[in-house]
Amino acid sequence: MTDLTRLTIAEARTKLRAKEIKATELTDAYVAAIQSANPSLNAYVAVTPDKARDMAKASDSKLAKGKGGALEGIPLGIKDLFATEGVHTQACSHVLDGFKPRYESTVTANLWADGAVMLGKLNMDEFAMGSSNETSHYGPVVNPWRRSRVETSVVPATHEGDGGFVSAGGTKQTKSYDNMQLVPGGSSGGSAAAVSAFLCAGATATDTGGSIRQPAAFTGTVGIKPTYGRCSRWGIVAFASSLDQAGPIARDVRDAAIMLKSMASVDAKDTTSVDRPVPDYEAALGRSVKGMKVGIPREYRVDGMPAEIEALWQKGIAWLKDAGAEIVDISLPHTKYALPAYYIVAPAEASSNLARYDGVRYGLRVPGKDIVEMYENSRAAGFGREVKRRIMIGTYVLSAGYYDAYYLQAQKVRTLIKRDFEQVFDAGVDVILTPATPSAAFGVADQDMAADPVKMYLNDIFTVTVNMAGLPGIAVPAGLDAHGLPLGLQLIGKPFEEETLFQAGNVIEQAAGRFQPEKWW
Amino acid sequence: MSVDIATVKRVARLARIAVTEDDASRMAGELNTILGFVEQLNEVDVAGVEPMTSVIPMEMKKRQDGVTDGNKAADIVANAPATDENFFLVPKVVE
Repeated sequence: MTDLTRLTIAEARTKLRAKEIKATELTDAYVAAIQSANPSLNAYVAVTPDKARDMAKASDSKLAKGKGGALEGIPLGIKDLFATEGVHTQACSHVLDGFKPRYESTVTANLWADGAVMLGKLNMDEFAMGSSNETSHYGPVVNPWRRSRVETSVVPATHEGDGGFVSAGGTKQTKSYDNMQLVPGGSSGGSAAAVSAFLCAGATATDTGGSIRQPAAFTGTVGIKPTYGRCSRWGIVAFASSLDQAGPIARDVRDAAIMLKSMASVDAKDTTSVDRPVPDYEAALGRSVKGMKVGIPREYRVDGMPAEIEALWQKGIAWLKDAGAEIVDISLPHTKYALPAYYIVAPAEASSNLARYDGVRYGLRVPGKDIVEMYENSRAAGFGREVKRRIMIGTYVLSAGYYDAYYLQAQKVRTLIKRDFEQVFDAGVDVILTPATPSAAFGVADQDMAADPVKMYLNDIFTVTVNMAGLPGIAVPAGLDAHGLPLGLQLIGKPFEEETLFQAGNVIEQAAGRFQPEKWW
Repeated sequence: MSVDIATVKRVARLARIAVTEDDASRMAGELNTILGFVEQLNEVDVAGVEPMTSVIPMEMKKRQDGVTDGNKAADIVANAPATDENFFLVPKVVE
């Protein structure tokens, strides 16, 4: 029998509805895959096999009657940032030790209402702060991709006896793998690794500065951050409320479209969620991009960008052009200020959001001689280094005397960043094409990144502008680098025009093909 | 602007995070690196620019001022480290 975990969501959906496979079989295949892979990859921090089987059984009885929702019987992984009732929800932080919410996030509730099955909770950077999944209290996730080398050797012609011809010789190619562990990106590193390694059919993720798109690019998966307000943030552990947005990571563009349709909704419990109909995103696939105006922003050609990223970008331009799109050069002059502005706005909001972890209502408590010392000890022991660093920056920039110089200035710059995009869209551009990341996946415990926090932050240089402007962005795998690692391209759309991203993303996917790591785990 | 160890300690106090001398000196270096990085924002001309308040233009939603939830004290204290009869227990704050 074929390995059921290799089926995409769309393929599994067809087989489930045709009763060729059962939801329980599919779930069991994933649970077995997780159990054998997780010791090597560390993608899951909690597996819920009993819950998964119960949900799958319920799906089977619905499917048997010819009923069931859009995701009936599809096994998904859930980022640890989403509140799941009665199940481990800790944002991969020590400070939330033992937290099991008595409520369900709106996004996951939407998925379960459509029939999806929960496999467990996925590893991530602590409170979604990181670009490598190394700040997790549960340790780093290992990328299922490894660097490889293809060696070409010359095989001489061989003869036997009296000129008896055996082999004409030629060249032989051998592929060898490097055992160095690579990061899957972050903060949704567990989501990306689990999807890439066939440990779930699709995963929920969140994106504050690039946390869906950068790990998708590092693992050869598709990740979309929808427009701010498209998905409810209710029940998602808050990092930076004006930037956070949920979205899916999936094996291909179609699966991402199927998942986003179920995740998105207006919600009375999140006043920033938007009351407009959720389109059938899947229907956008296969629509022609003929006449679509694709903007190429010159500011995304950054110093020191590897030649292969530039080459990938050119390939993407050529694919869209071949499909009938019109390519135009554009300028987004405030691009370089997006990352510094982000590192004021996001920590400021985080310092406020994370004030709630005080050792009183949930999670870790470390005693002190009085209540203030109890707060200080609990937070000192509960937060990791990167989280403390961001709380400190946020507290500093919001403190008396510095508010105008830092926070207000950053919010004004943010207005200018958004205006750049508005002017380009007003001039007729439909979608913007950029690289997704400035490099391929790097090593676990990379010395340069560890020594300088800003170096790690630069991973988000192409993705963070999108959060600052509240726009939708999708990362689609587009090729492999010289070491055989996946690289992605990013498409940025107008507010609430996710359909355009699926439409153009599908063209890139068709041209580039799909990329899967060779199983070693 | 650069921060010294005394400033780090003051900010840590505001953030309610206990820091050791070693933590404070390490953090001073890290914070200065980050503050050095964001310094470039000062070169942007923001004359007449409104600070962003909402990334997507939207009208504030209003609802009836009515009770829609409640009677779940046990749920609310379920995850607390120390409770007594649906109260959160904390060290003594008033003498």
